[in-house]
Amino acid sequence: MFEAFLIIVRRDITLAMRRRSDLFTTLFFFVIVVSLFPLGIGPEMNTLRLIAPGVVWVAALLASMLALERLFAADFEDGTLEQMLLVPQPLSLLVLGKVTAHWLVTGLPLAIVAPLLGLQYDLSPEALGVLVVSLLLGTPALSLIGAIGAALTLGLRGGGVLVSLLVLPLCIPVLIFGAGAVEANVSGLGEQGHLSMLGALLVLSLLFSPLAASAALRISAE
Amino acid sequence: MSLSEFLYMGGYGLYVWGSFGVTALFMIMEPILVHRRRRAVLQRVSRIVRMKEVER
Amino acid sequence: MNSRLINWFKFSSPATYYPLAGRLVPLFSVIALVLIGVGLYMSFFIAPTDYKQGEGYRIIFVHVPAAWMSMFIYVVMAVWSGLGLVFNTRLSAMMAKALAPTGAMFAFLALWTGAFWGKPMWGAWWVWDARLTSELILLFLYIGFIALQGAIDDPRRADRAGAILALVGVVNIPIIYFSVKWWNTLHQGASVSITKGSSMGQVMLWTMLIMTLGFWAYSIAVSLARVRSIILERERDTTWVSELPEVRG
Repeated sequence: MFEAFLIIVRRDITLAMRRRSDLFTTLFFFVIVVSLFPLGIGPEMNTLRLIAPGVVWVAALLASMLALERLFAADFEDGTLEQMLLVPQPLSLLVLGKVTAHWLVTGLPLAIVAPLLGLQYDLSPEALGVLVVSLLLGTPALSLIGAIGAALTLGLRGGGVLVSLLVLPLCIPVLIFGAGAVEANVSGLGEQGHLSMLGALLVLSLLFSPLAASAALRISAE
Repeated sequence: MSLSEFLYMGGYGLYVWGSFGVTALFMIMEPILVHRRRRAVLQRVSRIVRMKEVER
Repeated sequence: MNSRLINWFKFSSPATYYPLAGRLVPLFSVIALVLIGVGLYMSFFIAPTDYKQGEGYRIIFVHVPAAWMSMFIYVVMAVWSGLGLVFNTRLSAMMAKALAPTGAMFAFLALWTGAFWGKPMWGAWWVWDARLTSELILLFLYIGFIALQGAIDDPRRADRAGAILALVGVVNIPIIYFSVKWWNTLHQGASVSITKGSSMGQVMLWTMLIMTLGFWAYSIAVSLARVRSIILERERDTTWVSELPEVRG
């Protein structure tokens, strides 16, 4: 069973690597959005330091929304998805595999470049570390929650905007604790509580969202 | 209590009537819209039913 | 026991539910009119002026019932959705679909009246208070549900996709509320409660309760009236619809 999971992950990563430009669009979107804020707000470093956690986290949230549309779309169009519905392994496991691969190619890069963007906002090295950890815990939860929305809107016209409409409200807890962790570190309150809440959210979404997403996939692919 | 005094609401007139007024407006508008929709649906459905009978 | 079970399922067929709903709509409309009438009279003439907040506090008599109804309707919607997924009844999804606009309206009204309460009391139309923020997110959830159903052409798929979204939403609501509360206390933002500060008298409580029951009856009447249109639209190809007197007209 675990083998099926690994096969899906490997397959999806290989496919994603063949279309590398897609990955870079998400990443550059993230970088550009974060870099735009100082231009809109002004280069006052004290203000920037204050808003940095929120800005980086909101940008990461939007970037992961942007990538969601492609999560199941290609498999749906070429009929692979229908095959997956017929496989003896549980569909939720395959969904988990797809989400894992999706996170590895879209979520993980965000966490890796985030410290560079944090430098633009003059965050301390310690806060940068917390930022990376919070993104490492938070972005997989975002991908998992987003998978439900992507499955529900599969093949609909205007699916991309609709996904954001459905998923963004559900992602608010992740945003609150993710940005909150960095902020708590900056203000010296300690990030421990926020990070454990993020971890709890990740575990919860790991348990429930593959089930919900696979139920949604069955409905959409019918 | 005179009417103007009642409408003045001890200085809170704008806020009290703004709340109650908009709530009343919405709760009157919604049934009207539902009723209108029902009329439109009935019209459409009965047209379809009649068309089918003519075909038959 | 068994016969009772069958009886319940009989009403899950649109053909029997349609006339039943038609009989219930006027009943609940009258109940709603009477209760809201009494509630309005009580909120303006019986409930005394608050010693601290003056006449402005009377806004809670619409604000609190609207907020309660907006939350309650989402839960009811999720229950109907769950029933629809489990028993595969078409009617449940139609009920969920009929409830959503009314729930969204109450969520909006709760925000609107909250703003009109906030301006004189704390000097700002909007404050990022935990309750108001959660109410705003609830409105977003309603909008998502309505938008998803609007985007899907196939009614079967729309029903079931909407049901999953409603269930995911209802599981998330406590998490969202908890996290917003945490966020709010951490930032020491304005934590306001409309009822705090004024000693909630017995009269106020009763007025609020009667208004809430009135809003509840209103919601039942409106959603049943709406579900009748949905049933007609969905079942237009069946013989029972073509034999209805209002269709023959």
